[in-house]
Amino acid sequence: MATKKSTRLDVKKTYKLYINGAFPRSESGRVFEVTAKNGDFIANPALASRKDLRDAVTAARTAQSGWSKATAYNRGQILYRIAEMLEGRADQFEAEIALTSQVTPAKAKVLVAEAIDRWVWYAGWSDKLQAVSGATNPVSGPFFNFSISEPQGVVAIASSDSFIEFIDGIAAAVVSGNTSVVLVPGVLAVPAMSFAEVLATSDLPAGVINILTGSLDELAPWAASHMDIDGFDISGIQKKKHGALKEAGAENLKRIHAFGSGKTPTRILAFMESKTVWHSVGV
Amino acid sequence: MTFEYAPAPESRSIVSIKAKYGHFIDGSFVPGKKHFPTINPATEEILSHIALGSASDVDKAVMAAQKAYTKTWSKLSGKERGKYLYRIARILQERAREFAVLETLDNGKPIRETRDIDIPLVAAHFFYHAGWADKLDYAGLGHSPKAYGVAGQIIPWNFPLLMLAWKVAPALATGNTVVLKPAETTSLTALLFAEVCQQAELPDGVVNIVTGDGSTGSAIVNHSGIHKIAFTGSTEVGKKIARAIASTDKKATLELGGKGANIVFDDAPIDETVEGIVNGIFFNQGHVCCAGSRLIVQESVVDEVIEKLKVRMAKIRVGDPLDKNTDLGAINSKEQLVKIKELSAIGDAEGAERWSPQCNLSEKGFWFAPTIFTGVTQAHRIAQEEIFGPVLSILTFRTPQEAIDKANNTPFGLSAGIWSEKGSRIFWASQHLKAGVIWANTFNKFDPASPFGGYKESGWGREGGKHGLAAYLKTGKETGAK
Repeated sequence: MATKKSTRLDVKKTYKLYINGAFPRSESGRVFEVTAKNGDFIANPALASRKDLRDAVTAARTAQSGWSKATAYNRGQILYRIAEMLEGRADQFEAEIALTSQVTPAKAKVLVAEAIDRWVWYAGWSDKLQAVSGATNPVSGPFFNFSISEPQGVVAIASSDSFIEFIDGIAAAVVSGNTSVVLVPGVLAVPAMSFAEVLATSDLPAGVINILTGSLDELAPWAASHMDIDGFDISGIQKKKHGALKEAGAENLKRIHAFGSGKTPTRILAFMESKTVWHSVGV
Repeated sequence: MTFEYAPAPESRSIVSIKAKYGHFIDGSFVPGKKHFPTINPATEEILSHIALGSASDVDKAVMAAQKAYTKTWSKLSGKERGKYLYRIARILQERAREFAVLETLDNGKPIRETRDIDIPLVAAHFFYHAGWADKLDYAGLGHSPKAYGVAGQIIPWNFPLLMLAWKVAPALATGNTVVLKPAETTSLTALLFAEVCQQAELPDGVVNIVTGDGSTGSAIVNHSGIHKIAFTGSTEVGKKIARAIASTDKKATLELGGKGANIVFDDAPIDETVEGIVNGIFFNQGHVCCAGSRLIVQESVVDEVIEKLKVRMAKIRVGDPLDKNTDLGAINSKEQLVKIKELSAIGDAEGAERWSPQCNLSEKGFWFAPTIFTGVTQAHRIAQEEIFGPVLSILTFRTPQEAIDKANNTPFGLSAGIWSEKGSRIFWASQHLKAGVIWANTFNKFDPASPFGGYKESGWGREGGKHGLAAYLKTGKETGAK
């Protein structure tokens, strides 16, 4: 991807969106330009539209039943598989991050290694969440009563422009069985869409993770007011803009949360819903 | 041969109601300025006059709660906080009959329910949470989780004292102080609870009670000294609260509406199921957010279920709430009765078939006979909107998947019921239902150890159990990035 002096002309990648396991262009035909730190042209990623968002939500909703009903073991293996695929392409991600952001190549190497390890960390959570968040409840009466946590459904994630925070947002949402629509700002579009290729080769069912590139100022309000999105992780958005998004999200009482950097199981649990089941006991 | 019931009225001499009440702020009763009457919905008798809390009353209460938080409550050890809660639980048990009678007078619900369900559960909530106060490190919320400070709590009229207990007990156990507003039509037991706080020698300002209407509630929600809102009520008001606090750092738990599906499979024990259906929708006059208000019955057994249900419904005793034999009491207010009548009329207009047993309803007071609608489809408003009264909509299904699809076809997600003798089918259905509380072969059971709360538009967060503690503690979950 880097511009090298060579007699052979590079074959450049067309950057598109990732919806329902496929790579469509934006239906709007809109793109924006991403350049390297030195100003060299890199790519014209898609500037996703409101219709693209709706399509992504439809894909996520369709994938919801299958992904949430997959066994925790199965989801854990697929998340681990993402780590395997990412490891194999680490060089590419290091180069893309170094090229498009202010991160040095040395730092990019550390970041990508950490991103891979994060997937391994999240993968392991899939079948431990109930152990830390569930309970059997000693009610006063002849009933067996237990609480388990379930995924909320479709979660939108507004990512910051940090690759590692992008990974945290997605992994925290999908490990429990949510399906997701990830909103990616600016130059992160380049590694994010390469990451979509990783997902496409990781046995991840179509529609579980959908990635839209473009402007968060456009996309986030659309997501906040979308009635078929259950949860919204707005960690990548400046705090002063949270109020307007939460106000829009109140229409369907969306669960809207923001987190700082770093991995924590509380982020996973924030996009889960506790269910309590009572059953009568008797002969 | 028919055996008639003789009246068995509970004496009301155990309660003494003042002609007029003020607010309970900073440990004392302070007079209100404006007042409004509170009535017995079974007779329309004016019981007392309740103070209409203003923004300035709310402000005084919040100041008192802040002072109590800073000066006393946050400095007490969990062990000492817990002992106050144990004291409150014990006094509530001692005065249980007085509370039960007062609740029945003010709310209209049968004495059988206030005596056997509401008030015992109130005491149980305080007893349960008392034990948590010095064990919060073990609640799975990290080391030494911190209280928010002042919690603003707004509760509904359907379980007046029980909702107070659901709010106040966890808030105090976790170290918060509270400003609570009871519902406009049911303030009396909350004001009697203030006396319990005095008897328990709870430090001044830890619990403050400001009575009033929606404007009083709004003043609590918008007060800058409140750090946490806990609301139980309608989804409409819940959304308003969510909007009102969107641009603040206030946290909220919202327990809102529901349209619970009660699913009857063809292998269900029908007699037991019919009891469960009656308990699901006619308990507390159907004024229950988690009521089983949509009965979804497998087609092959629907005729039998409806026939037996009608026989059972004919035996429901509607009347004087203070009569110990009464099953179904008064509708809580004229306003609510109008709403129930309106939605039922829409059920008729949309083509559903209405049936009620013969009931002799009193001329005075607010009454509505237990009612079922058959031939209801998912498009009917009585299958979508919360009626909050003794009105059951009956739908049918053929395959289990169809039952789940119909049950989940609602913006709400609070409760659901499953009736079947087959264990694997119950677990399958409970996994697929999008609801926070699921009752299998039972319905409308509550316990302080059991988390309660809904999916989707039924609200945010849980109350009760380990999960309910998270609502009142800073868990470090949200860091408000950037």
